[in-house]
Amino acid sequence: MQKVDHTKNIIEVKNVSFAYEKVDVLKNITLDIHKGDYVGIIGPNGAGKTTLFKVMLGLLKPREGSVSLFGQDLAYFKDWHKIGYVPQKSTNFDSNFPATVRDVVLMARYVPGKIFQKASKEDELAAEKALRQVNMIEYADRMISDLSGGQQQRIFIARALVNEPEIIFLDEPTSGIDKTSQDNFYKILQNLNKELGLTLVLISHDIERITEEVMHIACVDTTLTCHTSPTEYLKESGYAEIMGQKVKIITHHHHN
Amino acid sequence: MLTEIFQYGFILRGLEAGVIVALVAPLIGIFLVLKRYSLVADTLAHVSLAGIALGMLLGINPVLTALGTSVIASLGIERLRNSKKISGDTALALFLFGSLALAVVILSFAHNLNSNIFNYLFGNIVTVTNNDIFIIFSLAIIVIIFLAMFYKELVYIAFDEDAARVSGVPARLVNNILIILSATTVSLAIPIVGVLLIGALIVIPVVTAIQLRKSFISTIVYAELVSLFSVVAGIILSFYMNLSTGGTIVLIMLAIFTFVFLIKRK
Repeated sequence: MQKVDHTKNIIEVKNVSFAYEKVDVLKNITLDIHKGDYVGIIGPNGAGKTTLFKVMLGLLKPREGSVSLFGQDLAYFKDWHKIGYVPQKSTNFDSNFPATVRDVVLMARYVPGKIFQKASKEDELAAEKALRQVNMIEYADRMISDLSGGQQQRIFIARALVNEPEIIFLDEPTSGIDKTSQDNFYKILQNLNKELGLTLVLISHDIERITEEVMHIACVDTTLTCHTSPTEYLKESGYAEIMGQKVKIITHHHHN
Repeated sequence: MLTEIFQYGFILRGLEAGVIVALVAPLIGIFLVLKRYSLVADTLAHVSLAGIALGMLLGINPVLTALGTSVIASLGIERLRNSKKISGDTALALFLFGSLALAVVILSFAHNLNSNIFNYLFGNIVTVTNNDIFIIFSLAIIVIIFLAMFYKELVYIAFDEDAARVSGVPARLVNNILIILSATTVSLAIPIVGVLLIGALIVIPVVTAIQLRKSFISTIVYAELVSLFSVVAGIILSFYMNLSTGGTIVLIMLAIFTFVFLIKRK
């Protein structure tokens, strides 16, 4: 276990708004993420969760407001090695992409501003370490396209881990993955958060599951509609009751 | 019998130019194919056609004018695509039809150019001059140097552009470099395989090699072998059997692709 100072802000999102053409996607969002936190971002489809991620990571420029990472304004931020990112549909690559698992993890060992880059011995060791962290070292020399969706997602976590980042962003990492793989996946995330003190921000639509895993819940529906603990969230939204009923219906259906 | 072929200067020039193009095309092709951007080669070829027509009209080396127009157009395509107001394939279609129309119009007010343009449509090794070889060779060196410089960035972007950008890869710059290199390769390859088939030379060897499911570097090596064999065999075969060079090259590549595809499916 690492002692982590949870009061330190890693990410500060201030009054951020974003619009595609004239449609507001994000409106006046203010959100701090502290060191060592494990935050779940939830919200309906098209509520702007992925857009918020992209704004926080500098992939999209906010129309208004500002984002700072590690106390630096996003426009001047250069320490990208401190950030790991598992994009939504990261498994959406060409299904014949000619790369081994090792190649994929090594991709993120990138030094900005340097040309003629080649993997060094140090890079290789870092890749192997990251693969061990997600229990996938024995797959290092397999083709990435030969792996199942759940295995591929673990490789993308390894890629996000390879620079020993301080924070990892995961966008719907478990969608389309079977239950057992999901359990494995969440176990790995818990370890990273508890053992290494890694800050995790995770988008998910699986509210029932995510409330069991994370420390904080942030609800995004164009605006930030809640930022609270999972227990408070469940209590306030009355979600537990609704979910209870839903689960019953689904189980019933399966028995048929 | 085979020695006969080397007595003709134009065949040697054709082979030299062919080998250079065969080596460069898959290097560009692998990144275009993996980005699902294969048709960019075809579009840039049609843009080059307008450039060739312009060069003929003005009495400038058509390879140079093809190069100029395709580089400018390639940056336009990339800009349109980045604007997000138009999708990638729509941007390609606009440029494809626009340049084809421009080429036809230019040719219509200089009727005597029509016979010459035929060589550029389907490729003809007889039209390759020493000057062309010099230009092609220089451009090939430049393409290879740039690809080596940005190899890591190109692979990462082809696999996952968002993650690459978060790692600090200057994606817009690298995408622009790739499309300019594509424009360069397309226009330098036109004298050999022609406007209509250059896209095939960039795409088919790579698609064939990808079927083998090897690492990235091995895939490039296999694509190079397929490309080199097809171009050399195509030039020699078309010489003896009096066939269209470009067409023969592409049919040989397709035959290899079909063979590999069928074997790998088992």
